[in-house]
Order: sequence, then C-alpha cells, then structure tokens
Amino acid sequence: MSAVELHGVRKSFGEEEVLHGIDLEVEEHQVLCLIGASGSGKSTLLRCINLLEPIDEGRILVGGEEVTADGVDADRVRRGIGIVFQAYNLFPHMTVLRNVTLAPREVLGKSKAEAEVEALELLGRFGLAERAGDYPDRLSGGQQQRVAIVRALAMRPHLMLLDEVTSALDPELVGEVLNVIRELAAGGMTMLIATHEMGFAREIANRVCFLDGGVILEQGPPEQIFSAPKEPRTRQFLQRIVDAGRL
Amino acid sequence: MADRQRAGSRVVAGGNRRSRILGGGGAGRSTLIAAVSTVAFFGLLALVVTSSPGWPEVREQFFDWEIFKESLRDIGPKLLVNIRIFLIAEVFILVFGLTIAILRSLPGPVFFPVRLLMVVYADFFRGVPTILVIYLFGFGVPALAISGVPRSEFFWGVVALVLVYSAYVSEVYRAGIESVHPSQEAAARSLGLSRAKAMRFVVLPQAVRRVIPPLLNDFIGLQKDTALVALIGPVEAFRQSQIEVAANFDYTPYFATALLFVALTIPMARFTDWLVARERRRRR
Repeated sequence: MSAVELHGVRKSFGEEEVLHGIDLEVEEHQVLCLIGASGSGKSTLLRCINLLEPIDEGRILVGGEEVTADGVDADRVRRGIGIVFQAYNLFPHMTVLRNVTLAPREVLGKSKAEAEVEALELLGRFGLAERAGDYPDRLSGGQQQRVAIVRALAMRPHLMLLDEVTSALDPELVGEVLNVIRELAAGGMTMLIATHEMGFAREIANRVCFLDGGVILEQGPPEQIFSAPKEPRTRQFLQRIVDAGRL
Repeated sequence: MADRQRAGSRVVAGGNRRSRILGGGGAGRSTLIAAVSTVAFFGLLALVVTSSPGWPEVREQFFDWEIFKESLRDIGPKLLVNIRIFLIAEVFILVFGLTIAILRSLPGPVFFPVRLLMVVYADFFRGVPTILVIYLFGFGVPALAISGVPRSEFFWGVVALVLVYSAYVSEVYRAGIESVHPSQEAAARSLGLSRAKAMRFVVLPQAVRRVIPPLLNDFIGLQKDTALVALIGPVEAFRQSQIEVAANFDYTPYFATALLFVALTIPMARFTDWLVARERRRRR
C-alpha cells in the first residue's frame, strides 16, 4: 500500500488552473522531492494533500483512505500529516513549548504533563531544549524552522510535507534544518519535499518529480533526473540552477 | 548582555520620542525653543480670552471657585453612578462585541443569514444616534409594561449603551481577527485543530492583543456617553451638575463635571499606553 496516491488531481484558483491533472504515488518510508520553478504548483500540491486546499477534480489517498471523498473528517486526516511551511508559521504569542504541546493537548487530549515531557524530549533531540521557554521571535530562523518541524512531529505523523522549508533562511542556517530532515529520512519517515536545494534533493530523495506548469513533466531516481534528464524543459530548468551556482 | 542591550534600546526609544515631540534638533536648544514657544502661545491665548469684552462675566459664571468647590462635593459621588454604568456595560460589550465578530466571520453559505444579521445589527446601531437608542429603550420598553421586564431607567440605559457599543467593538474585534495572517490559521488547522479551536487558541489571542488600544479608545467614548443615560432619569454626574447649575444660576458645575470626566479618562489613556509598551517589551 502506498503512503500517498494522487489520481488526476486538478486545482484552480479562480480562472487559473494551477494543477492540470497530477498522478503521483509515494511508497511508505520513501522520500519524494518536488522540484520546479516558483509557481509550478509544488506548494499547492502539498496543501491539497493535507486538505488545506480543496481539489476540483481527482482523488487523493493517504494510507489507502480516500481523503478527498465526501464526508471525510479533514481534522482527523490532518492529524496524521505533518506540514512545515516556508515561513515557519509558529504561533508568535506562545512559547516554543506551548507551540509544540498545543495540538497534542487540544487534539489528542494529552495531559499537560505528558505533552510537555514528550515535547521536551523531541526538542532535546533537535538541540532546542534550552529554547523551550522562549517566544519564537527570540529564535534564529533556523531554530524557528526546527521548532516548526518538532511541532509537526509532536503529533506523531505518518507523513511529512515540507514546503520549501529552507527558502526563507539565511544560507548559513540552511544546514541545521537540512540535518533535521536527514535524520527524519534516516528514521524512515515518509516525506514529500518541495525544495530548491537541488544538491539536497539529489542526496536525500528516493525519487524526484519535476513539476512544470502544473503537470509532472518528468520523474525518476535522482541520478537520472539530475544527470540525464529526458525532457528539454527539465534540462533547461536544471541548467538555470547550475548557472545560478546552486547545484 | 541581552538585558543591557534591551535597556539601551529602550533609552534610545525614549530619547527618540522626546525629540519627536520637541521637533528634533539639539536637545538643549530645542527644549529652550519649545519652552519659549509654549509660553508665548498659551500666554497669547490667555491674553485674548481675558481681554475679551465678555470675560469678567464668563469668569464669574463658569469659573467661580466657591461654587466649583461646593459643586464638586455634590457631583463627585454621582460620578460613581457613571463609573457603575460604565463598568457593567463594559463587561457585556466585550462579550457581545466578540460574539458578533466571531459570528460574522463564520465561513460558508450555510451561515449567510447569521452573517447578514450581524452586518445589519452593526450597521443599525452604529448608524442610529446613541441618544435615540437610549430614549427608545429607556422610555419605550418600560412603557410596554410587560410583566417581568425591568422598569428601571438605569437598566435600560445600560442596555442601550451595550447595544450601541457592542456594534462598534465588534468592528474593532473583526479588524483584529482579519489582521491575523491566514497562514496562522493554516498552521493551526494543519495540526488537526478544528476551526473553533484554531480561532480560540491561535487567532483570537493574537487578534485581541492587537486591538486593545482601539478597544480602550472606544471605552473612553463609552465613559463620556454614560452621561447620556441621565436624559432618561438616573441622576449621575452630568444630571447632578444640571441641578447645581439651576440652583446657583451659574455654569461652574459644568466646568467641574468636565474636569471630573477628563480625570476619569486620563488613567484609561495612560493604562492603554502602558499595555502597549508592556507588549512591545515582552515581544522584544
């Protein structure tokens, strides 16, 4: 059984269709990287999977369950899917600890003590234990993004969606966030990663999908996509990345 | 180290504020200019007023020290009535205003009638002059003589103020709710929180914090408008001053009442400033 399946997913914002029929499958414990220019539909695709955006056509299955069917409780589906955003989206009026414990307490009904023990353990694993009492705006971008990842992990998700999680970071802070993702991959987490970090995608992905204009133009193992892309558009895109010194 | 930096930046911020009021430039020189200009301006104003032909009469009728002291003794206690109206109304306004704002932000076509009703409510009670609402409720509802319905003018005065000010305050809350970036709700919902819980734990706390200054500004307006309740009966500070004026054939009690209301407003204004400053400090 696949962790995620998309069949003919279409999504429009107003008149503009941003996903023109996406078919995609991610096996459990696999890492799939979505690459492509800004506006190619990577973020929208991720937001459709955890039902933040309703799709217009097609079907999405998560863990074998069709989550886009009528009457599916979106809150329950989202519980099992962690998503991390480009802009962190931490709750600025809460301490780091409260950010991480909010959902376990309010959604899973864990006690304050239990949620905090688990949160501190997770924060400790990612070197954030001593920041537990701080408000997010006292943290560096890299720390904030790591907290956002921990906040998602606190719900014990079976799937993580990472939406350009390093794009807003200063270059010297990218590494610490990528290390966290490496650790998750090593632990067998199923992940869909939209990214501009081609070197990282090449290293961590089991499979790479190149999105262009709302369709998956090409997909395959990273060696093939990065070394021998078949499609001219893919070659063009990668050439631009190389020219920009990012690969 | 961080503390010292913070203290330092506070001092700098204070300095900036001072120089902004004084108009910038060298500190000593600009203070001098400000002082001279202030004295000159208010001196001239005093001269114009006191040299006007009607001044001796006005001074006697508005600024009689003996009557001032005496009327303050009578009006002061009545100000407690205003404070009572204000405090009771405020609690309900905070709750109703928030309720209206939340109802108005309910999504989806099912809730259209609810949203429509809230829009009509806010438009109506912001449109009708407060004094009319007070008359309508103060004289109209008791006249219906429905058993079990309170007849006290005090009660209906408070009801009228609550209805009017809830409309204003709901708009303030709504602005606050809309100022919280949608990505905050998206983050909350993606953790599995329901819409209601995302609202309660993530959106509202941020929204309310942001609107505290405009909210308190509305309450300063409310403090003044408690005087309008006098027009349907209850003897509060303004009504008492009318009584004093009539008894003395002298307007000084009005002046005294004005000062009392200002004295009531100033702590509120400073409290607002303090809250804003505290919030800024905490978030730094």
